[in-house]
Amino acid sequence: MGFSAFRIIKEGLTGNRGWTPHWRDPEPKAQYDIVIVGGGGHGLSTAYYLAREFGITNVAVLEKGWLASGNVARNTTIVRSNYMLPGNEPFYEFSLKLWEGLEQDFNYNAMMSQRGIVNLYHSDGQRDAFARRGNAMHLAGAGAVLLDRDGIRQLCPFLNFDNSRFPIHGGLWQPRGGTARHDAVAWGYARGADRRGVDIIQNCEVTGFRIENGRCIAVETTRGPIRAKKVGVCVAGSSGRVMAMAGMRLPIESQVLQAFVTEGLKPIIPGVVTFGVGHFYISQSDKGGLVFGGDLDGYNTYAQRGNLQLVNDVIEAGMTMMPMIGRARVLRSWGGLVDMSMDGSPFIDRTHIDGLYFNGGWCYGGFKATPASGFCYAHLLAKDEPHSVARAYRLDRYRTGALIDEEATGPNPNLH
Amino acid sequence: MIINHPLLGPRDAAEFTYLGDACLIERPDPEAENAIEVFHDYVYLRDNPAGEHRELWFHEHGDRSWLVVTRNTLTHEISKVELARDVALSRGRGI
Repeated sequence: MGFSAFRIIKEGLTGNRGWTPHWRDPEPKAQYDIVIVGGGGHGLSTAYYLAREFGITNVAVLEKGWLASGNVARNTTIVRSNYMLPGNEPFYEFSLKLWEGLEQDFNYNAMMSQRGIVNLYHSDGQRDAFARRGNAMHLAGAGAVLLDRDGIRQLCPFLNFDNSRFPIHGGLWQPRGGTARHDAVAWGYARGADRRGVDIIQNCEVTGFRIENGRCIAVETTRGPIRAKKVGVCVAGSSGRVMAMAGMRLPIESQVLQAFVTEGLKPIIPGVVTFGVGHFYISQSDKGGLVFGGDLDGYNTYAQRGNLQLVNDVIEAGMTMMPMIGRARVLRSWGGLVDMSMDGSPFIDRTHIDGLYFNGGWCYGGFKATPASGFCYAHLLAKDEPHSVARAYRLDRYRTGALIDEEATGPNPNLH
Repeated sequence: MIINHPLLGPRDAAEFTYLGDACLIERPDPEAENAIEVFHDYVYLRDNPAGEHRELWFHEHGDRSWLVVTRNTLTHEISKVELARDVALSRGRGI
């Protein structure tokens, strides 16, 4: 049953009694063509595109908790494609194009709001670096505008332009960036996959892989073994833990990224603004809360919470960039686990075990990648060859030297 | 987090910077036949355990010593703190 304006009016007039659950709650079958491990944003979008683009519907998505209970519920909902390197930028631009058509495509209101993203610069050198990045974005068709101080003043008059240490000289603006409603993205993909026949199985934790003669033939779960021709792992944040069950060590550390939201305020921040000195970024949700965050805590952890030191750092950076934030009251803070890879870029690849595929290493940027990650992973699972925009996301790129190191900080996951 | 420094007593983790898994002390032999393969694993691959983890912390805003901290990555509880120097020496590594 589809959503439409007519339907909403009709339901409104008839007591909203016609709405039905958005997806089934099926028992796992003994065998599937493809089993996706992980029912978060990326796992659900993979299942959706497997069914929608590649016609493979004998698919199960296994989720250890409830649907979309991990990082897709814990991010800061930013959508953008302002990367620079050739291995990354076409992928993220492909993702942004999918975002732009997503709501029509899966008939669900994901509250996609392209209010723009601006990265501030504070020195001549930083301006030059941003001009270069903007040119790289143009090459990928992403579009970018290099704004001077007056341009930023028109966009965000509330910033602290004349900070004696870090004056704002301008910013790189991607008008097509913005935010989307994170939960609705997961729900829309889940509903779209379910309607095409995908089984979404919650409360079903994978406890092992059955590997015979170098081939993965089944997963062991808390609800019994499930055989599959192909198994796609998609559990960023817990990748190390899950792939260890297949005997693999990964170029990944699990770390925590904190985020914060204030009480609801009247509209003040247009789109997303990021600070160019201390790490700080902020947007305003449709409910009015200021949503912001900063750096990683910077150590290995599987606890979904961080330490006070980072809270201090983030708030200090926020006060430096826009002192008026000092009048807002923080309602909540939380932490999400992120797969920090050794060059800050993700993986969508086969493993050395036949029939076992890996998607992870999304660092702190997985949300914006949700559509393209699912699309490219579905492409790989369906055709056994990488999608053209995800060719660089190989697990062996450290061995071959083909790193994608946007921040140029080397194999130090907490610095990316 | 409070790190109980073997020389200086309890110190706030904010005084430290973090490097990663303490296996980085075990630098492989660059002259070995398979050095490229072994160095790839050494530089890039991690156990990344959920539970007890031995890791290197640098007391940047303190005495600038390297510590090997044994910490639970599920609870952040620290069970042991050693000077990395002592650990390296006990493993037969020079300084």
